[in-house]
Amino acid sequence: MYSLEHYLSIFTKAVFIENIVLAYFLGLCSFLAISKRIDASVGIGLAVVVVLTITAPINWVLWEYLLAKGALVWISDDFIDTDLGFLKLIVFISVIAAMVQLVEMFMERFSQSLYNSLGIFLPLIAVNCSILGGSLFMVEREYTISETVVYGFGSGVGFFLAIVALASIRYRIRYSNIPPRLRGVGMAMLLTGLLSMAFMAFSGIDL
Amino acid sequence: MELFNSESKKIISDPINVNNPISLQVLGICSALAVTIRLDQAIIMTLAVIFVLCSSNVILSVIRNYIPTRVRIVIMLSVIASLVSVVDELLKAYLYDMSKQLSVFVGLIITNCIIMGRAEAFALKNGPSKAFLDGLGNGLGYGLIIIVVSFFRELFGAGTITLPDGGAGYVLWSIPESWYAAGYENIGLLVLSPGAFIILGLVIWVQREFAGVEEDA
Repeated sequence: MYSLEHYLSIFTKAVFIENIVLAYFLGLCSFLAISKRIDASVGIGLAVVVVLTITAPINWVLWEYLLAKGALVWISDDFIDTDLGFLKLIVFISVIAAMVQLVEMFMERFSQSLYNSLGIFLPLIAVNCSILGGSLFMVEREYTISETVVYGFGSGVGFFLAIVALASIRYRIRYSNIPPRLRGVGMAMLLTGLLSMAFMAFSGIDL
Repeated sequence: MELFNSESKKIISDPINVNNPISLQVLGICSALAVTIRLDQAIIMTLAVIFVLCSSNVILSVIRNYIPTRVRIVIMLSVIASLVSVVDELLKAYLYDMSKQLSVFVGLIITNCIIMGRAEAFALKNGPSKAFLDGLGNGLGYGLIIIVVSFFRELFGAGTITLPDGGAGYVLWSIPESWYAAGYENIGLLVLSPGAFIILGLVIWVQREFAGVEEDA
């Protein structure tokens, strides 16, 4: 078992230093499209936090007990050399699509107000690269299950922070005099570059 | 249907210029940035995306009349995920160094919005040969942007131009030592992530000047 500091370090790393949007470029499509409005940004940010925290551990369990090399030994020792790793992409994306659907149904049933504010964003999230990326990074970095939960939650919070920050900046510059062809996505990219530079100031912080 | 009449030419050339997937449809930006540190990575990624995009467009277009509307997302995802797995395994087998460098970003072609977007917007409504041309055009439009971005990032960030080969890449040209001795310095920022955002922002601006399109806000 690791100490609390270890988890805190994974969390801060996922939120600030290796922010999933600003350092790894994941989830940019929805990041750019939705950051035009602040309330919508808060909605999709929360939905990403929820879905990432749920899907990363589920995919971890599937990877560890089904797909990785030698993962099937709990059935019989004959499977020691079986490697189903090539199925990882299909399994992960199906889990994500199914979980998004489940979360949506669950919310509709138990929290109507939450459903009204997040509901429309959930289907979009199934094809948000940050969710699949979270699961793939979890495999690549060989996290344990508890590390995966912390990492998934941290990445979600990182996405939330980045999209709300960009939405606020875009709101502030609504009436600025930007060259016409640079308006919209071009300007949003430049702003994201500056945000990313600001987040780079966190690198080197080691807990 | 004739292959090279003006309509099919338009299907190919539109996405390269006036309807570019990255700068105008704003699709597939995630992977566009991550793989642009070096030119050879961008070229391999473009080939992978063109392959997946053309095949998925053709397959989905062939079976489009048998797909129930309610479950189409799941069907599209499974077709795309299978194709991407094929590409991933091929890269691991024949270009191992490259597949290590691209790491998770090959897998992320699945959630690359260009592929889902074109399947939804074009392949499910048109015949296979048109869908193939649409895939080719959008793949080339995507490739054009990321190759330009990676060219500038590599040249000014690391001082080299690398082309893909079987191993770690073939260095076509690098900035001579004498330039460094005379005081030239690489712009380290371009190799880091902020550089990618800023270069892509500028490329989108230039591309929109050429295409003559603007949006409000």
